[in-house]
Amino acid sequence: MSELVFDHVTVRFRHHTAVDDVSLVVRSGTTHGLVGESGSGKSTLARVAVGLERADLGTVRLDGVDLGRAARARRKVQMIFQDPFAALDPRMPVGASVAEGLLATDRKWSRADRATRVRELLDLVHIDPARASERPARFSGGQRQRLTIARALAAEPAVLVADEITSALDVSVQGVVLNLLRELQAELDLTMLFISHNLAVVRYVSDDVTVLRGGRVVEQGATDAVLADPADPYTRELLRSIPVLGRPLDLEA
Amino acid sequence: MLRTFRSPQGVAVLVGLLVVVLATALGPTFFGDAATTRDIANRQAPASLGHLFGTDPLGRDLLARTVVATRLSVLLTLGAVGISVGGGVVLGVIAAVLPRFLRRIVTAFIDILLSFPWLLLALFFSVIWGATSTGAMLAIGFAGIPVFARLVSTLASSVANTDYVHAARLLGSSPLRTATRHVLPNILPPMIVNTAAHASVTLLSFAALSFLGLGVQAPEYDWGRLLNEGSKQIYVEPMAAIGPGIAIVLTGVLFSLLGELLSESGPRRVRAARPAEVAEATTNDENAVVDVERLRISFRSDDGSLTERVHGVDLRIAPGEVVGIVGESGSGKSVTAMAVAGLLGPEALVESERLRFRGIDMRTRPSAAERRTLGLEQAMIFQDPLSSLNPALTVGRQLTEASEVHAGQKRGAATKRALEAMALVRIPEPLQRIRQLPHEFSGGMRQRAMIAMGLMGSPRLIIADEPTTALDVTVQRQVLRALADARERTGAAILLISHDIALVSGFCDRVVVMRDGAIVEQLAVGDLDKAEHPYTRGLIDCVPDMTTDRDRPLPVIGVAAAEEVPV
Amino acid sequence: MTLPPSVTTVDPKDVRGEVLRSFVSSPRLAFVLRRLGRAVISLLIVLVASFFMVQFVPGDPVRAALGPTAPVATVDALRDQLGLDQPLWSQFTHYVSGLLHGDLGTSITSERSVAETLGERLPTTLTLAFLAFVVAAVGAFPIGVATAVSARAGRRRAVDLGVSGLLGVLIAIPNFLLAVLLVAVFSIGLRAFPPAGWGEPSQAVLPVLALAVGPLAYLARIVHVEMLRVLDAPYLTTARSKRLPGRLLYLRHALPNIVAATLTAGGVVLVGLVAGTVLVETVFTVPGIGSTIVSSITAKDYPLIQGLVLVYALLVLGVNLLIDLALVVLDPRSTIAEA
Repeated sequence: MSELVFDHVTVRFRHHTAVDDVSLVVRSGTTHGLVGESGSGKSTLARVAVGLERADLGTVRLDGVDLGRAARARRKVQMIFQDPFAALDPRMPVGASVAEGLLATDRKWSRADRATRVRELLDLVHIDPARASERPARFSGGQRQRLTIARALAAEPAVLVADEITSALDVSVQGVVLNLLRELQAELDLTMLFISHNLAVVRYVSDDVTVLRGGRVVEQGATDAVLADPADPYTRELLRSIPVLGRPLDLEA
Repeated sequence: MLRTFRSPQGVAVLVGLLVVVLATALGPTFFGDAATTRDIANRQAPASLGHLFGTDPLGRDLLARTVVATRLSVLLTLGAVGISVGGGVVLGVIAAVLPRFLRRIVTAFIDILLSFPWLLLALFFSVIWGATSTGAMLAIGFAGIPVFARLVSTLASSVANTDYVHAARLLGSSPLRTATRHVLPNILPPMIVNTAAHASVTLLSFAALSFLGLGVQAPEYDWGRLLNEGSKQIYVEPMAAIGPGIAIVLTGVLFSLLGELLSESGPRRVRAARPAEVAEATTNDENAVVDVERLRISFRSDDGSLTERVHGVDLRIAPGEVVGIVGESGSGKSVTAMAVAGLLGPEALVESERLRFRGIDMRTRPSAAERRTLGLEQAMIFQDPLSSLNPALTVGRQLTEASEVHAGQKRGAATKRALEAMALVRIPEPLQRIRQLPHEFSGGMRQRAMIAMGLMGSPRLIIADEPTTALDVTVQRQVLRALADARERTGAAILLISHDIALVSGFCDRVVVMRDGAIVEQLAVGDLDKAEHPYTRGLIDCVPDMTTDRDRPLPVIGVAAAEEVPV
Repeated sequence: MTLPPSVTTVDPKDVRGEVLRSFVSSPRLAFVLRRLGRAVISLLIVLVASFFMVQFVPGDPVRAALGPTAPVATVDALRDQLGLDQPLWSQFTHYVSGLLHGDLGTSITSERSVAETLGERLPTTLTLAFLAFVVAAVGAFPIGVATAVSARAGRRRAVDLGVSGLLGVLIAIPNFLLAVLLVAVFSIGLRAFPPAGWGEPSQAVLPVLALAVGPLAYLARIVHVEMLRVLDAPYLTTARSKRLPGRLLYLRHALPNIVAATLTAGGVVLVGLVAGTVLVETVFTVPGIGSTIVSSITAKDYPLIQGLVLVYALLVLGVNLLIDLALVVLDPRSTIAEA
């Protein structure tokens, strides 16, 4: 069991409220999609979940434990960042970066065990383990994103938070990363909060979906239900704005 | 690193360093006698083969004295640099460790110290420690502390804000571990570079203090003191002053070159490229808005070699036609569009059989009349709405200037027209908006202002290079609507560049698929489902849309699966 | 959740700024107030520093000033006159109240009022620095703009390299060395200008040149780099796509965007000029405060040193404040960006 619950979370910055009374549940073993445009507060919510930002009101709980109070439990929630070029230390061999994930397991790793585990993880994300000693500069964007996924998995997280992980990538590479996530989910029974501005991508990976706008929840529910029959006008607006192959864009007001 | 020292500049710096080290270590041993032997008969002698820098009032050889002075000059410099760096690191680290409020006070204090020039700080400290060599070393060393304190805190905070440090924190890496494993390795290289550059400044500072008589005192002497004494006999023998001056400048330049070399990022220069003369092609289409045949574009890299990025592209756009170029990064789609507009910089080498816009040959420098036509009939919209409008000029100014310059319109008439154009692209309250600066506009509104700018002339072609990539989907719809309105109003052809094949298929008449600088396939939008090329098929299938089967993996384009390492 | 201490982030905005921001809505006004606040705090630091400077001198400053041979009675008399035998706090209040009345004390060596000496010599230094700044600024702009435009077009590569090399050399030569060289060439070699003194226009030529050449080269390079940055900006491509004539391209579209960076660099140059007067005045024996500060440090004339340090610091603070205010007027965006 690993259930991540956002309970009436509010985050205020100096002049505005970035997240306004948001509640959502990431059910164990499922992917919860969080979709919204710029300024919707979706990334702030992700940062609250992992402790990079603090909620002014409300709590985030993992299996009932308040993450705002328990630093150790917080390590069970790991994040994959948007920009794979900034998320790896340029001066650290990628193997060492992945091994850094083992810190979060609270176990002592012998040198040999650690090397074995890193090799397994690299295999898991389809990176040649022989390249563990190379620097990030030798890898492409998609490969780097796979490396950061391996690092997050090394932490044996209960929940993964993926924040716009494909928006910095080319469309063909995006497919590779999305396929990897699906594969991992099937293999490892991952629980995931998947954040994106791209409704189609969210639809593809998520079981549940929450639509955010201006820091508030606009609509929430099972992905199929919400997208098949959106109740909120904003969700409908989002849906009709998405270009569909071979169909003229709907440009009417 | 080693390779940089093999360049001519690197060899020069290494040789220079060797000379300085030798003079520092062995100078007094080998030249000590010559530097102290008095030769009253030969005093204040002018420069000669025996005494290249002449002699001083006691007849001592000034070249020998300059060589001997290397040791004191260099050692004092190193001492002062050590104090600056050490003190700066301590202060910078303290500033970083302190609680937020105290930290701000310390950084504000560092800022204030930085606003005073080093000479004033050094003079201040030399009042306290007196006019001796140690006093000067302390004074100059302390005067340099704020510089390094600022450097350390800036570097550390920039590294501390990176995602990889965030990730380490999430994984439970202790602050000490993060500092030693991530922060230190990433701030050390720039620290070393700056230390070398600072050594140069320090050397000159010492020379200045000694020159003022506030540094090294007789009978000791460093280069500054020799310069001071030499300048007193400058009427008799200029070399007495110029000699030590040369030593100061050369060593100073040596240190700063060392810094530049270590940073491995010396000034980069773009080389000009002239379009090669190409024979006139035979057939051409007089009616086409754009007529391009075998377009090849190369870029010159820093080492002067040419890399071809577009390999022989043919493109024709009929009047009023809406054409989309689709491709991933590196496909050459933007570069092609910029070549069509004739806006590539001097670093690009453009070759083609034919490159015409409405009959104007874009390969040659346009005549005044052609410039007018281009100014009025071509419009551009770029990807980044933040930087494509001039931040210093009002939106109105930027809208009206083309019609003022090219169509000879008066300010009032041009403004009236600008208001109409803004209304057409649905910018609300054009009367207020026209007086505003671009930063007061939202991203979508800026892109619409760019479209309005194109409407000021009589556009025959609007080139839109990823105009909505930086925008939200709902804003994307508004911008595309403005673009469609503009086309309806003027009948202009549109060249839309995008990575999103669904977007292009929904907006254009014809799709051109590019990959690695070549056209893979060209299709009418209606024929997209009949696409033959596997890359086109891949592009269509690999992007999930609202109907993608969620139980099956996304199809993957061949090369992306292997993902070659970027060169 | 706070960041781990050793890797904490540094917020560029200072404390006062944050408090002020909640009161003041206009970013321009907030910027001005913040900079004024900073100037006031700097001033206080300078006051305290110039006072404690004498206290920090190791041993007995009075004995140091008068030398080991001076009779004990003279030393005691001077100590009494300087008030150094009183408690520290009353010394400080005495010092500050003296300053407020324009009383900077009396020089030990000349036994004249420090304020009077400053009044005589300050105008000379200001004239020298001002002339040099004008020369540097007027020279730097055309050179920087022309070299940038030429370098971007990339046609005269050899000339561009030559000019940028020359600028590099001029920046590297310290002004006192340049001063000596100028004397050697123009006074001794060509006998064109007098090597020393002050008063005649011809006597000003070499000091102004010696002081101005380095900053001119530095400023020209800043203008050059900034101009190149702006010439490659997307909004200049936009302007080029309108096929505007070069005059409009450079004057209307490019120049306004280099103002902020150039002004800031201009401030650094001006502050550096103020300090540079110390060296140049010494070489050309110009009777300004620069040559005075050197002789007073050598003579350990503490009251005079205190006065001079104070004046120099005030000049620096004044220049910085002036630049900030100029930024507010000429480039409001930069102040908004900071706030």
